[in-house]
Amino acid sequence: MDWQAFWLTIRLASLVAAILLVLGIPVAYWITFSKWRWKFLAEALVALPVVMPPTVLGFYVLLALGPRTPLGRLWMVMTGHTLAFTFTGLVIGSVLYSFPFAVQPFAASFGAVDPAFLHASATLGVSKLRTFARVILPLSVSGLVTGVALSFAHTMGEFGVVLMVGGNIPGVTRTMSIAIYDQVQAADYAAASHLALVLLAIAFTILSLVYGLNRRIWAIWPWK
Amino acid sequence: MAVEINRERTADAESPPLAHQAENAASVRIRKSLGVQFQLDVAMEAQPGITILFGASGAGKSTLLNCVAGLTTPELGRITLGQKILFDAEKNINTPIHNRQVGYVFQTLALFPHLTAEQNVQYGLSFHPKTERAQRCREVLESFHIAHLATRKPHEISGGERQRVALARSLVTDPLILLLDEPLAALDASTKSRIIDDLRAWNEQHGIPILYVTHSREEVFALGERVLVLDRGRILADGTPHQVIRAPRQETLANLAGFENVFDAHVTAVHEDRGTLTCRLENSLVELETPLVQAEVGSALRVAISAGDILLAAAPPQGLSARNIVPGRIMLLEQRDVIVMARIDCGVEMQVQLTLAARDSLHLRPGKDVWLIVKTHSCHLLDR
Repeated sequence: MDWQAFWLTIRLASLVAAILLVLGIPVAYWITFSKWRWKFLAEALVALPVVMPPTVLGFYVLLALGPRTPLGRLWMVMTGHTLAFTFTGLVIGSVLYSFPFAVQPFAASFGAVDPAFLHASATLGVSKLRTFARVILPLSVSGLVTGVALSFAHTMGEFGVVLMVGGNIPGVTRTMSIAIYDQVQAADYAAASHLALVLLAIAFTILSLVYGLNRRIWAIWPWK
Repeated sequence: MAVEINRERTADAESPPLAHQAENAASVRIRKSLGVQFQLDVAMEAQPGITILFGASGAGKSTLLNCVAGLTTPELGRITLGQKILFDAEKNINTPIHNRQVGYVFQTLALFPHLTAEQNVQYGLSFHPKTERAQRCREVLESFHIAHLATRKPHEISGGERQRVALARSLVTDPLILLLDEPLAALDASTKSRIIDDLRAWNEQHGIPILYVTHSREEVFALGERVLVLDRGRILADGTPHQVIRAPRQETLANLAGFENVFDAHVTAVHEDRGTLTCRLENSLVELETPLVQAEVGSALRVAISAGDILLAAAPPQGLSARNIVPGRIMLLEQRDVIVMARIDCGVEMQVQLTLAARDSLHLRPGKDVWLIVKTHSCHLLDR
């Protein structure tokens, strides 16, 4: 089995899930509680990767990372090389690609917290930010786990964005799904089926975890 | 029967300053519109102790509490607790909710499900030093007799215990006012009265105004404190429960207080010596003996009788102290939850409230002849 591709994919997916946990919480908070009238536009923007072809997203990310944009130029000046076809570029593309898979479950669980809890907290003299940390977050654990697990699983399975942004550099940007594609092209069906089976098993495990959690927290914990 | 009718006491009316106001009395004079249909327009003072806000659902009771707590912002007016200004439209003051020092127990209680009873109670004390926090928490848990539940989560304790935790949580922060939004509605009478006793005992020492919202007539009488009657956003009456509900002078009040039977009537005889009147219900031959009020033969008034105050007999009753025995026939029996509402034709239609057991043991069914028994003092007289 292609262990290099396996560990690269795990590293990418973990990093993306961690970044989305940090980035997704404030965005989801804003989406849930903002009363801005044009909020729906922001919601549509966040949801865009769900329906857009990954190649289209990858294409734009590639352009954005390239030397013709301010971001790409800044990176060039700072590091001496372009962001495209690097692991960092892959992380940026994947974060955008999996954004809705983290933000939407987060926002759904924040929104499901009974407003009476928030009112009670306010009348007890606790500010909005502290209420978020002490009431909303603890009551949204299953939503947070769902979002992190889904963005992890979604990143593991991505293909189009990786191909556009990262290319196919072993040990740098060659993820499992790209490796499978390569192996099939090379008619190495045995190697491809190993990797495919691993991907299938991981995806199933993660989704079982998510659905188990959503039924009741720790419902899937066998010893309780 | 000094029922104060406060039609003029509204937010923009110049109400005179109340003398002898306690230092920590609450004053609420606000106007708040919700859509085009509803406008809350009230001016009230609440002294330390329980003040009941009584009214049907939609009367504006909860809106009033929300304005005090800061969950809703009025358009006009001023809300003060003692010297502290919570809201003043003219001066553009609108204190944020978390700085208002208002205790609020919601209808749903809103105990944090992920915290234990003790953690719930300590929630509002996070800015105090740890030892003080523990000390104050222990004191309030003891005054509400829930110290033994400290480590339990809300879903592990009974409804009455949850109620006590919610009260303890909102009182431990030493609020300037306590707002109770039908918090005891789901509890049985004895649990309810024990909790109220503990609340009163707590307030003996703290002396804050308590606004107690309810739509239950029984609760109003059980509490027996000053009651403000709210109807469609206005304060309709202000007095003791006996004054504002037992002796209704306005029909809206009678409807509100659950008098199912309200009839036009006129006086046919005055018995000063016995302290009663005889009134004939209009368009019928039914005559009822009622308490004496200032009236002459021929005076037009209304008689209001609660469906729960009428007895029903399956045979002509004899040897009763009740003065009014009215024959009639059952038109309809309607089961509502665990009670039965019977509509009786006795020349006028009367509603009588029965238990399921009474219906079954008396074999009541539509078409059966029955006799209604109404005590003189169950007949309440209204102006017309």
